[in-house]
Amino acid sequence: MNESATLATPVSARDHTEGRADAPLTLVEYGDYQCPYCGAVYPVVKRLQKASGKKLRFVFRNFPLTQAHPYAMVAAEAAEAAGLQGKFWGMHDLIYENQADLAPDVLPAWAETLELDLQEFALAIKKGEIIKRIKEDRMSGIQSGVNGTPCFFINGARYDGRADYEPLRAALEQQLNTKVL
Amino acid sequence: MVALKAGTPAPDFALRSTPDQLVSLSDLRGRPIVLVFYPADWSPVCSDQLALYNELLPEFYEFNAQIVGISVDGIWSHLAFSKDRKLHTPLLADFEPKGAVARLYGVYDEKTGEAERALFVIDAEGLIRWSYVSPVGINPGADGILKALALIAQHKGDTTIPELSRLPVKEDQ
Repeated sequence: MNESATLATPVSARDHTEGRADAPLTLVEYGDYQCPYCGAVYPVVKRLQKASGKKLRFVFRNFPLTQAHPYAMVAAEAAEAAGLQGKFWGMHDLIYENQADLAPDVLPAWAETLELDLQEFALAIKKGEIIKRIKEDRMSGIQSGVNGTPCFFINGARYDGRADYEPLRAALEQQLNTKVL
Repeated sequence: MVALKAGTPAPDFALRSTPDQLVSLSDLRGRPIVLVFYPADWSPVCSDQLALYNELLPEFYEFNAQIVGISVDGIWSHLAFSKDRKLHTPLLADFEPKGAVARLYGVYDEKTGEAERALFVIDAEGLIRWSYVSPVGINPGADGILKALALIAQHKGDTTIPELSRLPVKEDQ
C-alpha cells in the first residue's frame, strides 16, 4: 500500500531554493501565502534553517488554495514576479511576516519596499508566464500527493507529522542519520 | 471490516444531500464517480481533504468525474459545512441508519462510529476500479484518484481489462 507519498518532480534549477545544493537534507514546502497554517509554520522553517545551517536546503513551491483563499494567487504571483528580479525570498518572507495585512492593493507597496522595478513587476504578472509556473508547481504537488497546506517533503518523502518545530526537527535528524548509516 | 476491492460492482444506495433531495448512486451512473468517505465535517481548514478536492474540481472535470462526499453527519451539518467551506460537491448524510452505506462498502469504524477515510473510484458502468483506505489521521491527497481516473479513461469501454487493484498508485517509491 502507499504508506507515504513521494515527490514527483525532483528539485531542480527552476526551483526557489535557500541553502547549499549539496546539503544532505532537502526540505520542500508546498505552500499557500494566505493559509494561516503556512503563516504559522513560516517562523518554524526559519528556525530549522538556522539550527541546521549548511545541512539543510529549503525549497518553496506554490500550492494556492484559491477556493478557500481569495488572495493566495495574487500573492503567489507577486512572489514569482519579485523572483524574476532576484527577490523571490524577499517577497516570500515579507508576505508571511505580514500575512494579516495581505491584500491585492498592498503588494505593489511591498514590491516598492524591496526596491523592485514596479513597472516590470506589474508587466511580469500581466504576461501570464508566472501563472504557468504556479500551475506547474500545483500540478507537481498534486502528483506528489500534496494533501493540504503546508505540505512538506523531506528528501523526497512526504512528511505526515505535525507542522511544528520539534517533530520536523526530529524527522530531519532521523533522515540525516539514516543517510549516514 | 475490509473495504470493497477493485473489480467489485459498486453497491447502490440512496442518501440525502439536502432535506428534500435524495441522491442515489444509480442516478449518477454514466460517468466516473469518486466516493469520498470521511470521518466528520468540520476538520481543520487547510489540511481538509474536501477542501483539497474542491480546489481540484477542474482536474476531476477533465475526466467528467463526479465527486461525492459521504459521512455520518446529518444534512444540517453538511449544509452548514458546505456553505462555510464553499464546497461545490454534494455531501451525503449516511445518518439513518447510521453508517449503513459505509458498512456496505466495508469502511465503517465501529470504535469511533464514523466512516474511515476511504476512496472508491467507480467507472461509468458501476464497477469499482480503485479503492483505498487511508491510515488514521492521514489525508490521502488526490494523486491516487487522478491516476485511477486516467486509467479508466484510457481503457474506456474495455470490460476485459485486468482489475485495477494493481493500479500503479504511488508505485515509484
